Amino acid sequence: MPRSSTPKRAEETPISGGAPEVDNGVAIPLATVSFPPTPTQPVEDDVLARAQAGDHQAFAELYARHKRRIYSLCLRMVNNVAEAEDLTQEAFLQLHRKIATFRGDSAFSTWLHRLAVNVVLMHLRKKGLALTSLDEAMEPTHDEGPGRSFGTPDLMLSGSIDRLALERAVADLPAGYRLIFVLHDIEGYEHNEIAAMLDCSIGNSKSQLHKARLKLRDALRTSQRREGQG
Amino acid sequence: MTEEAKKMSCEEFQAQLADLIGSGVDVSNHPHLKSCPTCRALLADLETIAEAARQLLPIEEQPKEDLWDRIESAIREEEEEGPDATK
Repeated sequence: MPRSSTPKRAEETPISGGAPEVDNGVAIPLATVSFPPTPTQPVEDDVLARAQAGDHQAFAELYARHKRRIYSLCLRMVNNVAEAEDLTQEAFLQLHRKIATFRGDSAFSTWLHRLAVNVVLMHLRKKGLALTSLDEAMEPTHDEGPGRSFGTPDLMLSGSIDRLALERAVADLPAGYRLIFVLHDIEGYEHNEIAAMLDCSIGNSKSQLHKARLKLRDALRTSQRREGQG
Repeated sequence: MTEEAKKMSCEEFQAQLADLIGSGVDVSNHPHLKSCPTCRALLADLETIAEAARQLLPIEEQPKEDLWDRIESAIREEEEEGPDATK
């Protein structure tokens, strides 16, 4: 099923210095990324221009257009409805403060998305959750080491994965793994971008993503076995 | 890849997977996989998971209807307090 509401990052346009940072005094390094160009949408441009000029109705329209995507991002990252709503609110408040600084170097949706990611990461840092869980995620554990047996072919996942089962499994991941998996595999950020955002090494980002996928595989196989028995 | 890669243990192969998957390298041709159904299954599963994740759309749930009211109210409050209020 092709993703349609917002293009994958790989389909979007270059970011060149105009990417947002959260407005809380702590700068999050933002990596420069390159994407092939995407045609702009005149209607979106008009609404955006009006919102940048202070038109509240236009800003409300931007909210209506982007709320689902931003809320979805927040909810996937924190796995808590109330927190996700608070973070969506904070992201749009940040947007309102910073919208005049958007220069159009990237697609607006990319810029807003990065702003929302930064809001969520800052929230997680304040809670101490991300760093704790990232550290935990990097600790080798007896059941996750490379020497582990990963099962036999008869326990392979069937060719397609049920979307809801995957959503559930992602939601059940420990926070650190979930963060990396959502950012990389769902939202399309590259390891160098994630490493910059989380202030960790590219190797750590890769390693955590790998462990996250292994955990998901276990969860999905368990789920498929249960369904097979039911 | 060579005789050395063929002799690679599952542990050694799996230790490389974090780097290999998504790197653009065609891992499916790795010599170790030719003789190892366990690692073939693992690779297929991890690639299936990554592909399924790429296809996920934003969740269908929407934020509560009153969220916009909260945002609008916070915006008004900030505007009344002036630009220094957010610093």
